Amino acid sequence: MRNAFFVLVIAVVGLSVSNAYHFQLLTFIGINTLLALGLNMLMGYAGQISLGHAAFYGLGAYATAILTVHLNWSPWLALPVAVVLTVVIAFLVALPMLRLSGFYLGMGTLGFGMIGYIIFREWSRFTGGDSGLVGIPSLELGPISFASARNYFYLVWAVVLVCLLLCERLVDSRVGRGLRAIHDSEQAAAAMGIDTSRLKIQIFVLSAVFAALAGFLYAHLVNFISPGSFDFLVSVRIVTMVVIGGMASIWGSLLGASLLTVLPEFLQAFADSEMIVYGLILMVIMIFLPQGLTRGIMDAYEGARTRKASKSASINS
Amino acid sequence: MQEFLQYVFSGVTNGSVYAIIALGFSMLFSMTGLINFAQGEFVMLGALGMISLWKGAGLPLPAAIVLSTIGVSAVGLLLERAAIRNVRKPHPIVLVIVTIGASIFLRGAGMIGWGKESYSSPAFSRQGAFEVAGATLLPQSLFILAAVLLIVFGLQFFHRRTLTGKAMLACAISKRAAWLQGIPSERLVLLAFALSAGMGAIGGILIAPISMSSYDMGMTLGLKGFCAAMLGGLGSSLGAVLGGLLLGLLEAFGVGFFSSSLKDAIAFVLLLGILYVRPGGILGAKVVKRF
Repeated sequence: MRNAFFVLVIAVVGLSVSNAYHFQLLTFIGINTLLALGLNMLMGYAGQISLGHAAFYGLGAYATAILTVHLNWSPWLALPVAVVLTVVIAFLVALPMLRLSGFYLGMGTLGFGMIGYIIFREWSRFTGGDSGLVGIPSLELGPISFASARNYFYLVWAVVLVCLLLCERLVDSRVGRGLRAIHDSEQAAAAMGIDTSRLKIQIFVLSAVFAALAGFLYAHLVNFISPGSFDFLVSVRIVTMVVIGGMASIWGSLLGASLLTVLPEFLQAFADSEMIVYGLILMVIMIFLPQGLTRGIMDAYEGARTRKASKSASINS
Repeated sequence: MQEFLQYVFSGVTNGSVYAIIALGFSMLFSMTGLINFAQGEFVMLGALGMISLWKGAGLPLPAAIVLSTIGVSAVGLLLERAAIRNVRKPHPIVLVIVTIGASIFLRGAGMIGWGKESYSSPAFSRQGAFEVAGATLLPQSLFILAAVLLIVFGLQFFHRRTLTGKAMLACAISKRAAWLQGIPSERLVLLAFALSAGMGAIGGILIAPISMSSYDMGMTLGLKGFCAAMLGGLGSSLGAVLGGLLLGLLEAFGVGFFSSSLKDAIAFVLLLGILYVRPGGILGAKVVKRF
């Protein structure tokens, strides 16, 4: 029901919007939703923080950019290579990293993210260094060209839809229950017979693949990438989307991604204070609504409803 | 030989600054179990504050240093009082995000206050560079080294000889038990925040004359300070100094023998290495919070 509604909304939006800038914004929301969705599986459900997700985002983007620009590969051939590469690297990173917890995990993933950023910046023979990589081809599929803003919008949101459905199924499955058990108490989960380290590695790899997919879509959308799009602040922004939208809420990721994609467009009005406002939002939400906006609004709504119900009950009696 | 000595000088100089920042991390961690991601922003505020007070407002150097340090300590105090203490669910992930939020906030404040340009500060003394066996040694390096020694011995004295210092150690061992003994642990946590912010500021003040300062200098320095603290063993002040010097020397030799573009990567590779192999650090306990 909800999914059918979602498809309907996308179709209607895609048909009614005609402004190229709005399409661009909506497409970015889709890409960011992918990023937030992946991290939410890791952070919201399994309770493992990653401050280095921009590295996987960049990995997806740079892998396809290097293959298509330098080697003239077809993007559709580059995509599986990028995904496999991400799986391998994410696995190698997760193996030792997920033995850490809390602050140590945060710092470790941050270190990984910084190394990724430094590689994108310094390995200039392939990545173009600071000045970036130009001339990434647009996507084409037979007669359909995705250079058109509307087509790309549909493509991105189709991918988002598939990933959303996948996550929905995953969350309600045995795996999802296992992840939530890890979130609450890793020892207890292990005592119940859950292979916690295996599950954590699997979910880390999954979220990295989502990020790489987002990177792939990003690279072919803007046709130009530079290291600045994959630095520490981007990792933080992904975390923020998850946190603001609501940890452990799939549709919250969509909300968080939408808010944080649209918000900077408004904040440009007060250009210099953007960072201050951003930091403040992050702090205030975490301090007062540690469950995120979705849960916070839902709780407030529930609270108001029960209060109203008790009020009318007292009038009737 | 001459080159070797030059690398050692620059390594020890930078390493000492990392050590001071690491001491700030370490002290806060042993008191509260918290890693403050905004520590680097205190470094930035200290450096820019000192430059403004000294060169901008024309105060004498010692006054500028003291005022800048006190100001940053006050910011640290405010951070604890206004943000950290009010966190409803002090889960590590929540605290990480709150301190990251604080660091972005402070960086934004620094950008509004000082703009995007870089500032340089003259050296603390007019004495020219010394020459030791063909290598140059800046007087600023001696200032930095002296400051590290002073801070380490000062901290030792504080913890061993003063009642407040002893109370802080008691809190670090068990906050609850200390509280039951009548130690005002909440106030001591505030003090720890102020002290660690102040130490960050001193690190920034010392590094200002040997590198450019700008609103975004905090992240790299903060991370390197954290690497140093991890390297030596989080929570041990001797370890922080050891880790800082080690990191500084490795960086200097890395730049000297390989390439300068790799300089920043060294710290992070070291960080990952130490997290994998020995999360307790060189001087720390062997197993710290793995699982």
